[in-house]
Amino acid sequence: MKDIICKVAVIGGGPGGYVAAIRAGQLGLDTVLVEKKMPGGTCLTVGCIPSKALIHAADEFSRLRHFADGGAMGITASDPAIDLRRTVEWKDGIVSRLTSGVSGLLKKARVKIVFGTARFLDGKTLAAETDMGEQIIRAENVIIATGSVPVELPTLPFGGRVLSSTEALALTAVPKTLAVVGGGYIGLEIGMAYAKLGASVTVVEAAAQILPLYDAELVRPVTKRLQELGARVLTGAAARGLAPDGEGLVVRRADGTDETIAAERVLVTVGRRPLTEGFGLDEIRLDMAGRFIRIDERCRTSMRGVYAIGDVTGEPMLAHRAMAQGEMVAEIIAGLRRGWDKRCIPAVCFTDPEIVSVGRTAEEARAAGLEVKTGSFPFQGNGRAMTMGRDDGFIRVVCEADSHLVLGIQAVGAGISELSTAFAQAIEMGARLEDIAGTVHAHPTLGEALHEASLRILGHSLHI
Amino acid sequence: MGVFSVKLPDVGEGIAEAELTEWHVKLGDMVREDDLLAAVMTDKATVEIPSAVTGKVIWLGATVGETVAIGSDIVRIEVEGEDDSELAVAEQAPPTVVEPEMVRQQERVKPAPVAAASEKEAPSPLGRTFAGAGPRRPEGEKPLAPPSVRLRAREAGIDLRRVRGSGPAGRITHDDLDAFQQQDDTARPSATPGADLSVTEIKMVGLRRKIAERMAEAKAHIPHITIVEEVDVSALEDLRTRMNAEGVAGRPKLTVLPFLIRAIVKAVKEQPALNAHYDDEAEIIRQFGGVHVGIASQTPNGLLVPVIRHAETLGLYAAAAELARVAEASRNGTARREELSGSTITISSLGPLGAVATTPIINRPEVAIVGVNKIAVRPHWDGQQFVPRKMMNLSSSFDHRVIDGWDAAIFVKRLKTLMEMPAMMFVGG
Repeated sequence: MKDIICKVAVIGGGPGGYVAAIRAGQLGLDTVLVEKKMPGGTCLTVGCIPSKALIHAADEFSRLRHFADGGAMGITASDPAIDLRRTVEWKDGIVSRLTSGVSGLLKKARVKIVFGTARFLDGKTLAAETDMGEQIIRAENVIIATGSVPVELPTLPFGGRVLSSTEALALTAVPKTLAVVGGGYIGLEIGMAYAKLGASVTVVEAAAQILPLYDAELVRPVTKRLQELGARVLTGAAARGLAPDGEGLVVRRADGTDETIAAERVLVTVGRRPLTEGFGLDEIRLDMAGRFIRIDERCRTSMRGVYAIGDVTGEPMLAHRAMAQGEMVAEIIAGLRRGWDKRCIPAVCFTDPEIVSVGRTAEEARAAGLEVKTGSFPFQGNGRAMTMGRDDGFIRVVCEADSHLVLGIQAVGAGISELSTAFAQAIEMGARLEDIAGTVHAHPTLGEALHEASLRILGHSLHI
Repeated sequence: MGVFSVKLPDVGEGIAEAELTEWHVKLGDMVREDDLLAAVMTDKATVEIPSAVTGKVIWLGATVGETVAIGSDIVRIEVEGEDDSELAVAEQAPPTVVEPEMVRQQERVKPAPVAAASEKEAPSPLGRTFAGAGPRRPEGEKPLAPPSVRLRAREAGIDLRRVRGSGPAGRITHDDLDAFQQQDDTARPSATPGADLSVTEIKMVGLRRKIAERMAEAKAHIPHITIVEEVDVSALEDLRTRMNAEGVAGRPKLTVLPFLIRAIVKAVKEQPALNAHYDDEAEIIRQFGGVHVGIASQTPNGLLVPVIRHAETLGLYAAAAELARVAEASRNGTARREELSGSTITISSLGPLGAVATTPIINRPEVAIVGVNKIAVRPHWDGQQFVPRKMMNLSSSFDHRVIDGWDAAIFVKRLKTLMEMPAMMFVGG
């Protein structure tokens, strides 16, 4: 095959890679994207989007069951049923709509897509294994956007009834019993969805608390909801391996004793690791930062003309971080002056209730030597939350004590993820408490709790 | 935490205010005891203000060039381990606050009588209110600016850490960026090699401003009459050269000035009206018995007038030694206040640059000033022929309000006679 010579080659078509490619194309750069399967990456095909589809379906189903149980809000329903095969089909429909949408956008930006697995020959040359043989790509700039993959436990290798998140999002029947090993956000999002779909769920977490990256106050409403859903949570516990009976999972509990828990399926979600092998990274010997590729504030690696973005470059491994980096790198290659200067990257956990954390927590800010004040407002005092039948959770604002500069906003509550936009905007714009307090917040909405939390620090909250 | 106020100390008898000429610290600086905080200037002396305590500077009471009343707060320092009650007392500390030990003792016995009154003005110990322009963000913190400002700055190649944010909490706005860019543009020198359109603005502060004020006042108040007279200093120069040649160890080299001082002492003894101050506001003339001769001198800091006190008591060599001493002290800035004030008549000398004639401005409230011009060999008609003589002009100004031209002329004539026949300086007391 004839060599491709281009300005930009992107390895990986996930949210980081495809955004970088689209932007590069828009800026008139001759761009090639190398992708193994379909553009969209983990996020679109086996991550964010499919999991949210499943979560939403589970919510709808659980609501109907709730009405069937007791006729809350005067609504009665009878005997709802779910055909997970059709649910998954529906989900796949969304995924294919999105992936074809991305392909269309890439085409519109005149990005050439090479389907295959890329490998570095040197810092400016890639060899892509395609169906039609090896394709050599010579590029002035290469963007590594290979992303991350689920971490496997040696005691519980993926396969059979041991699932990674990818398989868990493609089950065709709801398992009777599901053990979730790893109580991070991925495990709990999927675990709670299956609990709502009727599975008996046990969460096995090694730390003292589920969602160890969030503080206890934020996690409490989620723990409570897990109990309501009948899920069992074992903290300080470690999965030892599958029970020989083919039905159970052996768990070493916090007290040191072993217990075999019922687990028709075992979902292992103990984190993700950057994908740094399989594409000839050894050939170019980039500097690493631990497991990740080391980058500077312009996403440049230690080799000239080689950039890296997304999960392969470090925490937080979030699609929107990768997208922002991708856009920035494309513009840098096009000769624009850009640099990573974001104040915050919002993190959303789609459990029930949802958790949002934007900017710094009070602890983080104090650790950075700042004097802070915090104020929170519970949804119990919020009219809209009550009308939705969900008044659990709160919004919490962290600000600098003297300047009232908003440093962070955390919240937990049903549907709170949509407010992450407002939170991030406040921080990115450098808002002070007075700015939030001086903004009219629509009534009745959940956002009023942000207003009230700010007023509370200022000492004149109205509704508490 | 407590707040310690450093007040402007009493820097001299009868002085009510002083001009702040320099800050040695800025807001947020940590200072140790005895670190210099500021320099103020009174009359013609500069006084350094040390810190009495160790702590953090949280408030500066004036900007450079401002005049500050004696006893008013100039710096507030946040100190460890002092509670609020002590704070109130510290605010009321007497103006001699620069002597820490003394103040502390007074504080303890003195109640805080008007603490409430001062409370209104006193800023909070944190000293940070965010009504208007904010302070810079602390070190290591990202500059606080919305994304659109950050992008603009990056594209313009501006490091936002250099831009002062005027928004709440020090937020950098588009306007701040505009201002910074304009300032940056004007700071850059003009690219064209031809016309230099730059204008350097220099704020008149300190000694320079003082000199300007004094000169303007002198010229505005005093109708000057200036008499230029020619003096044949050949004899004096011969004498001087001989005296220096026979130099005795320990004796200073003589210049013309000690002779002139001697001549002035002699002359004003006969005309005391010239060794006087005219206080035009009180409408009083003060004639002095003692002759304190000011010597207008150029120093690295500007024009100063060190004073040779009681010149009438000094012999020629003593006057020369004293002249050298005060001139040196004023040049290197160690002159005490009284060495820079209190003259009753002044000599202005530019030495070898002395020109043919000058129009000296009187050192108000004095009434006379004697300007010395350079010595040059000039042809002199002795009645029969031209002979080369060492000639020097004296350009003397007088306050015509109190000195008539006649008296001035007699004084100048007298100086001429004494200088031309130096032996006369040393006879008859």
